[in-house]
Amino acid sequence: MASNKKYWKSVEELKDSSIVETLSKNEFVEEIPTDQFLGDKETLENTSTSRRDFLKYVGFTTAAASLAACEGPVRKSIPYVVKPNDVIPGVADWYATSMADGYDFANVLVKTREGRPIQIMPNKEANGTTSARVQAAVLSLYDEKLRLQNPTKGGEEISWADADKEIGAKLNELKEADQPVVLLTGTMASPSTSKIVDEFLATYPNVKHVVYDAVSESGAADAFEAMYGQRALPNYHLDKAKTIVSFGADFLGDFHGGFEKQYIDGRKPETGHMSYHVQVESNMSLTGANADKRIVAKPSDVVFALINLYKEITGVSVPSNATPIDAEIKQLAKELKKSGSKGVVMTGVNDINAQLISLAINRALGSEILGINNSLNIRQGSDEQVEKLVSDLKSGNVSGLITYNVDPIYTHANSSVFAEAIKSLALSVAISTENNETVNASTYALPASHFLESWGDTHFTQGNYGLMQPTIQPLFNTRQLQDVLLKWSGNDTKYYNYIKAFWSSEILKDASWNTALHNGFYTASVDTVVDNVVTPRDISISDVALLLKRSVNPSDFELNLYTKTGLGDGKQANNPWLQEFPDPITRASWDNYLTMSMADAKALGFSNPVKDNGAIDGDYAKVSVNGVSVTVPVMVQPGQAKGSVGLSLGYGRTFGLKEEMQVGVNAYPLYTNSNNIQYGVTIEKASGTHKFACTQVQKTIAGRHDILKVASLKEYKTVDPKDHHHGWNKPAYVSYDHNEVEANTIDLWDEHNREVGHHFNLSIDLTSCTGCGACVVACHAENNVPVVGKNEVRVGRDMHWLRIDRYYSSEVETREEAKELGLSRGETYEALETEAENPEVTFQPMMCQHCNHAPCETVCPVAATSHGRQGQNQMAYNRCVGTRYCANNCPYRVRRFNWFNYANNNEFDFNMNNEYGKMVLNPDVVVRSRGVMEKCSMCIQMTQATILKAKKEGRAVNTDEFETACSSACTTGAMVFGDVNNKKDEVAALAEDKRAYNVLDYLQTKPNVIYQVKIKNTNEA
Amino acid sequence: MKSVALHNRLTRILLRGFTILLFFGFSLSSFSQDIDEARQKEGKKLFKSLCASCHKLDKKLVGPALGGVEERRENDWLIAWIRNNAELRASGDKDAIAIFEEYNGSNMTAFPQLTDQNINDILYYTTVGEIKKEVVADNTTTGGGSAQGTAPEWLIYILAAAIVVAFLMIASLLKQVSELKGNTTPETQSNIRRDLQELWVGVKNNTFLKVMSTILLLLIGAYVVFGTIFQVGVDQGYQPIQPIAFSHKIHAGDNKIDCQYCHSSAKHSKHSGIPTVNICMNCHKNISEVAETTVVDMGDGYVLGKEELDLEIAKIYKAAGWDADNLEYTGDTKPIKWVRIHNLPDFVYFNHSQHVTVQGVKCQKCHGPVEEMEELYQHSPLTMGWCIDCHRETKVDLKGNEYYAKIHEQLAKKYGVEKVTAAQLGGLECGKCHY
Repeated sequence: MASNKKYWKSVEELKDSSIVETLSKNEFVEEIPTDQFLGDKETLENTSTSRRDFLKYVGFTTAAASLAACEGPVRKSIPYVVKPNDVIPGVADWYATSMADGYDFANVLVKTREGRPIQIMPNKEANGTTSARVQAAVLSLYDEKLRLQNPTKGGEEISWADADKEIGAKLNELKEADQPVVLLTGTMASPSTSKIVDEFLATYPNVKHVVYDAVSESGAADAFEAMYGQRALPNYHLDKAKTIVSFGADFLGDFHGGFEKQYIDGRKPETGHMSYHVQVESNMSLTGANADKRIVAKPSDVVFALINLYKEITGVSVPSNATPIDAEIKQLAKELKKSGSKGVVMTGVNDINAQLISLAINRALGSEILGINNSLNIRQGSDEQVEKLVSDLKSGNVSGLITYNVDPIYTHANSSVFAEAIKSLALSVAISTENNETVNASTYALPASHFLESWGDTHFTQGNYGLMQPTIQPLFNTRQLQDVLLKWSGNDTKYYNYIKAFWSSEILKDASWNTALHNGFYTASVDTVVDNVVTPRDISISDVALLLKRSVNPSDFELNLYTKTGLGDGKQANNPWLQEFPDPITRASWDNYLTMSMADAKALGFSNPVKDNGAIDGDYAKVSVNGVSVTVPVMVQPGQAKGSVGLSLGYGRTFGLKEEMQVGVNAYPLYTNSNNIQYGVTIEKASGTHKFACTQVQKTIAGRHDILKVASLKEYKTVDPKDHHHGWNKPAYVSYDHNEVEANTIDLWDEHNREVGHHFNLSIDLTSCTGCGACVVACHAENNVPVVGKNEVRVGRDMHWLRIDRYYSSEVETREEAKELGLSRGETYEALETEAENPEVTFQPMMCQHCNHAPCETVCPVAATSHGRQGQNQMAYNRCVGTRYCANNCPYRVRRFNWFNYANNNEFDFNMNNEYGKMVLNPDVVVRSRGVMEKCSMCIQMTQATILKAKKEGRAVNTDEFETACSSACTTGAMVFGDVNNKKDEVAALAEDKRAYNVLDYLQTKPNVIYQVKIKNTNEA
Repeated sequence: MKSVALHNRLTRILLRGFTILLFFGFSLSSFSQDIDEARQKEGKKLFKSLCASCHKLDKKLVGPALGGVEERRENDWLIAWIRNNAELRASGDKDAIAIFEEYNGSNMTAFPQLTDQNINDILYYTTVGEIKKEVVADNTTTGGGSAQGTAPEWLIYILAAAIVVAFLMIASLLKQVSELKGNTTPETQSNIRRDLQELWVGVKNNTFLKVMSTILLLLIGAYVVFGTIFQVGVDQGYQPIQPIAFSHKIHAGDNKIDCQYCHSSAKHSKHSGIPTVNICMNCHKNISEVAETTVVDMGDGYVLGKEELDLEIAKIYKAAGWDADNLEYTGDTKPIKWVRIHNLPDFVYFNHSQHVTVQGVKCQKCHGPVEEMEELYQHSPLTMGWCIDCHRETKVDLKGNEYYAKIHEQLAKKYGVEKVTAAQLGGLECGKCHY
């Protein structure tokens, strides 16, 4: 029964750990270190400050402080000389644009204030979605440390004109001599850029264009080309799916750019239908965490299981191996067959043969979910061409290299080849927004504009075009790639004019450029897409399976390389928001690590002990693959397949980064042949203890294990939620006068009338929340939430107003139950460990619950926190004196204390400590100072702005007009914000929904944040 | 603020001295000439209405300076030109074509409606110019400050006197009491020294008086201390020196320019906005100098005349990059660094448009009689108490605003009032202004 489940946050909780027990009782894990200066008698005695001196100092500082306070500073106000027409100081402008940085592709809206972009939100009209990285990209714009600011030649500044002249001459020289030059770029997915590149190649026939993605999905594109004749990635229309089987494809993460919106669209319990999602994988991925059923297998077994599934579905015998999960695969085959054209299979193995088998299964099923006609144009990188380039560089068959926004010296497994070869090239040019090792090694380093400073276009899926427009004047002396190439091709047209002409002749035909630019996207009519219909070719799957089987090398330890939700391929490694963003699964920030199963960790002697300050430590492991070895800390990960380890790419970047951001270990050297699975891994324990900055253990739930409610789709449909025995959303009961009564019948507080005016509620659907964390970064941007750095996060002083709690759960009872069963400690541990091999995972966004009967408000001695009539729990920072009583009395642990000044402080050298980084601050929200409490305000600045807009226009507030940063950032629609007193608002219905519940409802705090019970499709019916 | 005020005063004294020097340096030579005032007046009227947007007497504007034009051109030619210059040019008149080309081919409007007499009046005006009148020097003395200060000083004296009288009465009472008690006094003569001493002894020996006096002293002390502390950071009356001696009195008062013509973002935004230089140039492109009679009294007897004020206008030209001689923008702009007067702390959110657009509050309500201020100062204390007082008293104007329709009905019922105040609407909640 679902309600009997036990939830836990950390492996340590399963052990009989008194530290966790103690920590669960402490709001602040760190004591104030008074002992350091008062407890040490010796120091006190040796101190030279006498009592009189002390009084003198006190007197002087008091006098100085009062004198300083008497005189206000003279503040200057400098208006524009000529005001731009569309700028009104104090009023935000929104622009529709697109992001394409080679790894992340999105249709977005950009909020600007006085000409500065301050926030990125999804362009929902264009079906745009944002991830944590897309949200954070606005801060990378202001990265004055890493961005290239002026063109340089060999480290010396050079003017653009001179650079053009010299490089042009060199290119012509190489052209005359017919010496090969390579233009190496990431995926750009831009039709006009493709044309410009073609023209450039036509001008210089000796130049070859190679597309290189640091994290490659070349296998999928190659397989699609082999079967459907077009090099692109297939699209997956998961919203229509009945059964989804994924073999290690992290499609809620970075697989094919992510499909979270479509996936969740197909999982709405209200409709009565939910797709059944089975994930076969070795690492615990975000997708696996959301799956209805997760089958754990080593990477080699995952590959064999894929072949075996093909066998089961088609009945054709192909070469394969038996795996421990064959019985489950058989069951899956039945499911898939039953679903027929509504079933779909995907695989995340970057291997053409594995991808071909996956496509073949989908063909055998006649899957309509696999989108062939509107294929994806992202991730165009070709491993084959890159390998050719590497061998050419080695043999000296390349004379020139022009790179654009790629850093092979950091990201390629054979980075030494690039590092060596670039030195001896006749021409090496790096066009890049950011400084990196490749830029440093190249002769010419040309600064490219950030996407927020550029014109451009995108073509992510067939027929869906996007436009990119500048939202700020270039901050530095930069030029965008297209302008550079146009110039070098001898074309004096500005790219802006070029793209306008290109769009009107090639894409828009008769449609309006201004409309397309305003909307940020343009959908081509059907007939222009029709010629993309492709007919599949027949491929001998038997041969493919044989090749695949040969490529697999089952070994004791297999490594599965992956990308984290926060850092991805590492392009934005210097972005403090992303570094501080806790990983959805491990809850660790500022690090990557080797994830290891509990069984392996025990066998090899690895553990993650919890320190008395709530931080966790880890042991180092030396991981060797193909003769390359790296030393990484180990994180014991429930749900990791035994015999497998996981390691994320994108960390360990050091060149040009701020010291604080130089964290983690570079895993790219292990990424041989761009294969995310590496066999024959050896692991040895290395010396040393690693200090993790993990928000996992600190925020325990103090034994209140009914925070989460989960039910199956069958229960949802058939069982009365309030049923006393079997109900899945039972009301809370409390003891009153020795009688069990419903909690809502008694109350400590007087009831207020909440029917006048607006009353805000936020509904969070746990079924739709994938844990992606876009809301966490959106909250950072909107509310000027400071970054505190690794050491502060480690001791539990992170400032996130909004966090996403991750709970593991097991069907079998945990510690207490085991004790009752009379199991010995050893037996208990073993039983729990088995459970922890594959726990269920639930994500729960947690922020201030804005209780109508708020425990924090009653204890504030200075009434700094008070309740608004509109349902918001308000926090007056200037009134707060920092007693922290409120945080102690908050049952949800959502209040954050400013231990330090995080702005203008060299100790916290993040974005709030420099002129550029401060440009991202939201001018409508104050930057809090030291010694005050802060917390989620339910974006009161946004609700007030919405009200003011309505007042100025003399109208009532429209339906669903109210928004918060988190709800607008949420692409799956899990977070819905609105006014419950407006019955037409979506949230008004959600508040009354049978799935609605409040966290810790027995406390009767009456929160204004409502959660919707998580429904899983356990496929019982 | 204090140092600014001091600096202010010093500069004024220096500048005043400088002005006086200037005054004596130039001897005003008034020329006595018979002037037909009626004609001059008529001509001036026509000139101002028809010609002044493009011509000045002594300076090039869009067209040439017209002072003494009669000396340079024949009267017939002038009449023909003014009435219809295009016709004159078409007739092939060389002078006409030359002047047209000199001013980059900008067309002058034709004035066929003017009679010869009209034109001659205008020309008469261009010849005689303004009639100089004896300017009476503005000798306003700086006694204004004391007038305001008198009342409280009086009050203090009266209070002090009352206290002294009370003490004396108490003393004489005590004396009588002691006499009644049988303590005979050897001397009947009054001696102030002795009286005071007796008073002191009396007070010292009387516990009630001792306690009362201590309480009184403590209360006065507390009042003074709190009064001082609460004034910290309150900059009411703050009047810094601005980079340009801009007079709100001339603009908003004398010329009745609407506040929101310049502070245009007040109706849209949280900021009222300091007008950008292009707004100044809308008018000052044509107004490069003030009238002879214009004076700006900066207070403290420090008066700016035409000479100084024209220099102030030149500062706008410098900021806008306007070349007043060639009448073109050079592109060499220099933003003006105004000193901000109304400063709210960062933790306060204030929105002008809420007050100006939604509620229709007059600017003067918070900013005071700006149209009378030669030099702007902070009129209101801008303290939270001041905000809240207004929110408590102000009845919200809900008429014609659909937004308030429902909420007003509910609130009016709840509070049993006809019109709700801003406070009743939630205008006192912390989070409405602090986030």
